[in-house]
Amino acid sequence: MPDVELKPVSTEHLLRECQREEVFITGSEAVREAIRRANVDIAVAYPITPQSESMHLVGDLYAEGYIRDYFRGENEFAVMSEIAGAAMAGVRVFTATCGPGTLRAFENFPMWSGTRLPIVISFMTRGINSPLTIQPDTIEMGMLLDTGMIMLHAENAQDLYDMILMSFSVAERTSVHIPVGVFVDGFFVTHTRQKVKIVSEDVKLLPYDPTHSPVPTMDMETPPFRYMRDPFVMKSNYISYAAHASWQQEVMAAAERARPHIEAHLGSFVEQENPDAPIQVVACGTAVSQGREAVRMAREEGLEVGLVKIKVLRPAPREEIRRALAKAERIVIPEFNRTGWLAREIASMIPNNDRIAAGPRVFGGMTMPPEVIVDVIKGDVLVGV
Amino acid sequence: MSGQTAIRMSGLGGQGVVTAAHIIGSAAVIDGKNAVVNPFFGAEKRLAPAESYVRISTEEIWDTGEVLYPNIILIFHPDVILKGKSYTMPFFSGLRKGGVIVVNSERTITFEPDERSMLEEMGASVHFVPATSIAKNVGGTELAANMAMLGGLIGASEIVSMAAMEEALTERFAGTKKFVASGTTAALDDQIRKQYDKTEKLISSNMNVLRASAELVAGRGI
Repeated sequence: MPDVELKPVSTEHLLRECQREEVFITGSEAVREAIRRANVDIAVAYPITPQSESMHLVGDLYAEGYIRDYFRGENEFAVMSEIAGAAMAGVRVFTATCGPGTLRAFENFPMWSGTRLPIVISFMTRGINSPLTIQPDTIEMGMLLDTGMIMLHAENAQDLYDMILMSFSVAERTSVHIPVGVFVDGFFVTHTRQKVKIVSEDVKLLPYDPTHSPVPTMDMETPPFRYMRDPFVMKSNYISYAAHASWQQEVMAAAERARPHIEAHLGSFVEQENPDAPIQVVACGTAVSQGREAVRMAREEGLEVGLVKIKVLRPAPREEIRRALAKAERIVIPEFNRTGWLAREIASMIPNNDRIAAGPRVFGGMTMPPEVIVDVIKGDVLVGV
Repeated sequence: MSGQTAIRMSGLGGQGVVTAAHIIGSAAVIDGKNAVVNPFFGAEKRLAPAESYVRISTEEIWDTGEVLYPNIILIFHPDVILKGKSYTMPFFSGLRKGGVIVVNSERTITFEPDERSMLEEMGASVHFVPATSIAKNVGGTELAANMAMLGGLIGASEIVSMAAMEEALTERFAGTKKFVASGTTAALDDQIRKQYDKTEKLISSNMNVLRASAELVAGRGI
């Protein structure tokens, strides 16, 4: 058991009131430090680089008595099913995966949302084969946009730490009660050592209260347990459509209802630097960091450039993006993936989307040199074709 | 980028390229600076190419990932240059003007004429340090070669203080919290601990390696 008795406190208290200490740790270690204070009941792990260290370190927390149960699943599909089972039974859960593991487990993610499970999961994003890569790449995020889960994207280990800790209180609200995915770029954050401010070790989040669930928790005493009813499973008729229409809209509405709770912790879905500049760099995750350096370099050359950091992808930050880019003449969207899913998202949100330069894009594991972003800011290169 | 020192370390798996980056990054933070440390490797295996990157600055550091334009390059094994066992070819690619290169090699490596002229054009100063023999002779184990490389770097650039290095080493190897970069790294940490009967001996031996190598490079007046 932990050396000290941990005092249960609210998420607001833990993140805002508690004393913080600055430590020099990796992103994976930041995950451990967040989960140490998250009062998690069950964590299930399956290794895949660059996620493996995170759940390994969560396993150490189990050995230290911070988590009530922990085991290695048979594969990622099994892990996400086991996590679902535990969440249905009414306990707080945590897991993580990435890249090919995400795809192997994929069927579970929309099922989690549809079942209203308040699961917190972290994705340490990695490229998807083929060609084989174990390196950072955010392509899986584009694939998860329509699974119904809330999606937060951490720029660095500090974001990752804070976002994991805040996610439980968002996911577990009765009015929300859907999964939250905390995304972070593999290696660029997970394996990178940097300064992180963490709260003191003598506190933990208040426990999850399953009686707040908007749907009945699984209870073996009152069989049969069902979250789907027979008629619309088996029939193609109006009732089937109506059930899906109403329920799927309810799940989407749950994500919308999460907005104030996310804002309570993050302040806003997007952060903007130099909002009046005619050129705006729009990014999320590590691309924001590369963008910050590029903006600094471009300003040194006398260019007027601003930066929009997107922290929340789902629910979509439509209004925030429209406002932030209202006056922009040129919009540069650097991304760590081939598909350019963020550029597509932004293009669907703003008027006159021919203002967008949909790049640069780097994928398969390479970093994005800020110099390359500066080239696009200047309009020297053609991107997004 | 202004005021930032960027270091690229290339070596072979098992040589402690990632650990060296961790320790010098921690030392920079102890010195009151900012540091960001990235390791990059493929599937972990001994003698496969491994690289790590350290950015040190008195200002905020934003960018991350591999360092493409380093001020300092550390080459942990001659095979990186002679056999191309590296992610970065040639080994000096992207070196900034007036940059420093420290190579672990028993003897001076003669570069091809085109490489030599490129290095001259960059104004690079190249130091050959017999880091592996310093580690063996002074520290009693080849596993301390990474410390000899950091010693060479400090001799050439004084980028961190010796006091901070000692504190960073103590934090890594004598701290109460076990450090985990990966399963393999944890196993190697245990291995180096086994080489010394006492942790204090580990720290002092490694500091001796560091100083010997630093004095060698500094003493050459390069």
